Amino acid sequence: MSAPLDVSGDELRAAPEVVSPGADAKVIQGRSLGRIAWTRLKRDKIAMGGGFVIIFLVLVAIFAPVLVGWFGHPPNEFHQEMIDTLTMQPKGGTGISADFLFGVEPVNGRDLFSRVLYGARISLLVAFFATLLSVVIGTIMGVTAGYFGGWVDALISRLMDIFLAFPLLVFALALVGVLAQFETQLAVKGDTLRILLLIFVIGFFNWSYIARIIRGQTLSLREREFVDAARSLGARGPYILFREILPNLIAPILIYATLLIPANVLFEAALSFLGVGIQPPTATWGGMLSAAVRYYTVPHFMFFPGMAIFITVLAFNLFGDGLRDALDPKSSR
Amino acid sequence: MSRASEPLLSVQGLEKHFPVTKGLLKRQVGAVRAVDGIGFDVVKGETLGLVGESGCGKTTTGRLITRLIEPTGGKIVFDGRDITHMSQGRLRPLRRDMQMIFQDPYSSLNPRHTVGAIVGAPYRIQGIKTEHGVKRAVQEILELVGLNPEHYNRYPHEFSGGQRQRIGIARTLALKPKLIIADEPVSALDVSIQAQVVNLLEDLQSELDLTYVVIAHDLSVVRHISDRVAVMYLGKIVEMADRTDLYGSPMHPYTNALLSAVPIPDVRRRSERERIRLQGDVPSPLNPPPACRFHTRCWKAQEICRKVEPPLTALAPGHQVACHFPENLSGDAPPAPAAGQEKEPGTISPVS
Repeated sequence: MSAPLDVSGDELRAAPEVVSPGADAKVIQGRSLGRIAWTRLKRDKIAMGGGFVIIFLVLVAIFAPVLVGWFGHPPNEFHQEMIDTLTMQPKGGTGISADFLFGVEPVNGRDLFSRVLYGARISLLVAFFATLLSVVIGTIMGVTAGYFGGWVDALISRLMDIFLAFPLLVFALALVGVLAQFETQLAVKGDTLRILLLIFVIGFFNWSYIARIIRGQTLSLREREFVDAARSLGARGPYILFREILPNLIAPILIYATLLIPANVLFEAALSFLGVGIQPPTATWGGMLSAAVRYYTVPHFMFFPGMAIFITVLAFNLFGDGLRDALDPKSSR
Repeated sequence: MSRASEPLLSVQGLEKHFPVTKGLLKRQVGAVRAVDGIGFDVVKGETLGLVGESGCGKTTTGRLITRLIEPTGGKIVFDGRDITHMSQGRLRPLRRDMQMIFQDPYSSLNPRHTVGAIVGAPYRIQGIKTEHGVKRAVQEILELVGLNPEHYNRYPHEFSGGQRQRIGIARTLALKPKLIIADEPVSALDVSIQAQVVNLLEDLQSELDLTYVVIAHDLSVVRHISDRVAVMYLGKIVEMADRTDLYGSPMHPYTNALLSAVPIPDVRRRSERERIRLQGDVPSPLNPPPACRFHTRCWKAQEICRKVEPPLTALAPGHQVACHFPENLSGDAPPAPAAGQEKEPGTISPVS
């Protein structure tokens, strides 16, 4: 009846680590998980490329009026002089020149460069705020369902199922039709109303995806021993939720948000394409594509807004993938 | 002290039955009797070891005492106050005096918090002001458990398993508790580190006047650290005695079987000992065997074991056993299962 543990001697006493005070005046700074993820992300060239493209796009959207002032013409200004009056097509096929970098639209000759730049504002604005709305609702719902469990969980989970099954596109079409009837009576009008509407429709009906992910994560975090440790110290519910559980959810929230943005860019484009979104003459990428469909003989009309959507979605997806690998290296690719 | 003879922690008939529900209406069809009526006292300054194989309810017992889960029945008296069904709000100030060390040092520390935040959390949660600020207090505790106080700003993932367990211990010590429930404090650690942490716990006990309830499945760890040992089987205590009595002359057949399974590093001594191999698994606590719960695996079991439940009675001073046919009854019997006794696995033979 003896075992390895019966060794008793001073060689096993604790305190092998204490260093003499004052030996090293420099304060030891720990490497947080966030900082480690950042170093990992910096090594991922593709993700960093995507990140730079995103920053570039955001800057372009913010400074669109300045850029248009330098390199283009106001987005809604007609340039009939650029149009061949017989075919109603741009002179020289596209009208691309140093003056009109992306050429001009058929018929009325609006500057495509300016319109693509102004379209970026709407697309990114709607995508960002719709994602924010989804993430906020989804996180609150997911954490609540996962943490409290029981009938709360059952209720929220069924609500998620309802939202997932919701015929969103049909609803959006109907909602826009109805609201257009009352537009004169509403406080907000025109583009502002449409933008708010788009953000609401896209954001409010997409929270259930992120809520499911957050709920699952919360369920597993709730069983971790550090939650028990906090409870055995007498911590209340809000402390456990906000101090113990929520910091561990930042990674999945960030990952999901960056992957949701491109989906929302596409969704906004689709809604504008269907005429549900922002109304002409305000430039949107989806609206431009929709208009370009009728002019298949002038492919550059479709090419530039299409490329804008493509590059934006690709950049966000590449960055989101890299972010996931950096924040959650154990997840399968 | 006026309460010197009074136990710091007294558990009587403690029960925890987890309901098993079925169907849409959540009809209760049964209960997992994880802890089924156990009782023990822990006197101030002593260490009670709680051993048993996995699934016998030792961890549940620890979580019941710290009121992380709600007891189904019985009574827990801590420091003279009945805390069995005390509300969490009224329990909060009492939690300063009763802390828990957790099993898994990888899961018991929040990966997003610095060591300073983790060890300082008790002050923040309990709203305690310290004389020279929380940072100073935390650094003193880190030094106490043998960690570099300059690691205040580091994160748990930057530490080894043993160091992490020390951080966990530092957190429990922050509020200067009277009682510490240690749930498998070393079973997730390497053997060499186990000894360090066990010795640290012993040093802290004498330094800070602590009382321990140590839950473990490792008999050597329990032997090293405990003053008294309680052996659990399927939610019940089958034997409870002083360390020397229990390891020297175990009376319950289950304890005998457990002790015979402890590895002996000496080959010659190992061959002298006969190993009792218990057959089968632990029966399900959903439907435990009637009367003596060990009778399905006991080589001494007779008709009475299936009919009458043996009470936990003191057969020697300070040595309680729940068995109809205890071994080593004379008191000066040879240590460990003696040769010549019938110990063939599964064979049921009458005791002579």
